[in-house]
Amino acid sequence: MKTQLIPLLALTLLAGRAFAAPETFNFKDPKGVNNAVFKVDAPLEAVNGTANGISGTATFDPENPGATQGRIVVSSASLTVPNPMQKTHLQSPMWLDVAKCPEITFESKELKNVKTEGNVTTADAIGTFTLKGVSKELTIPLKLTYLKDRLGDRVPGMKGDLLVIRSNFSINRSDFNIQPHQMESKVSDEIDLTLSIAGAAPK
Amino acid sequence: MKNGLRILAAILLLGAVGFWTATGASRGWTKTSVPKKTLDEVTGIEGVTYEKKFVPGLDFLGAAAVGAGILAGASFLFRNKRTGNQPSTPVQPIHP
Repeated sequence: MKTQLIPLLALTLLAGRAFAAPETFNFKDPKGVNNAVFKVDAPLEAVNGTANGISGTATFDPENPGATQGRIVVSSASLTVPNPMQKTHLQSPMWLDVAKCPEITFESKELKNVKTEGNVTTADAIGTFTLKGVSKELTIPLKLTYLKDRLGDRVPGMKGDLLVIRSNFSINRSDFNIQPHQMESKVSDEIDLTLSIAGAAPK
Repeated sequence: MKNGLRILAAILLLGAVGFWTATGASRGWTKTSVPKKTLDEVTGIEGVTYEKKFVPGLDFLGAAAVGAGILAGASFLFRNKRTGNQPSTPVQPIHP
């Protein structure tokens, strides 16, 4: 009896470990809803723009959200503003130089101040933010919402989990060699960024 | 010609103001697309897509005002049309 119980116990433990294993979420959104919004103060009105060319992956363990790591990529060319002249300027070599620097990335190294309540985790992510070829270490606040078995509700015919990441933070364009200390009366140095993305982990 | 340019300037300015008012009197920059928000009910994410729509802003009004100013200014380059009653040259007194 004892000899039969030991393998059974081992199997149960293994199964438990398998369920608790970190999942890899892909942020390439088939619905195109994932977006990064930026806001820059300017005379007349603030310039609001959106980027929806988002990709990247994150590993998330629902049993240990603090171990979350990932890399999110925003395609610079997908940045859009409603004014065509502003869009041309934004993508030009003087500003973001999307031809030479096609990606804006954030690579998380570790999470701090992790608090989990139900399926929602808040934390400060320490990682490397790269914009216009300049990389800086940043700490950004994150809100992670784990939606177990909800992938099918979003993408019919698929089974799996969803991970929603939200973040609001600010950067200074001068830190990333974007017209440093120039035209600040026309375009503010501070840029507010809002990230709202959902990743899928199919099973 | 002089009056024609002035009328054209007035039409341009009034037309621009009328168009700007009719399209919502946006006090921001001119836009050729407008953001449209959609809610993803599963994730709660508000997606943003852009719809093509021309929304004139204050820069549009400014450009129209400059255009109207140029037309009105150009009108001063033309002389007043002489009326038929006025002689083209002063009448010389006839000396006997």
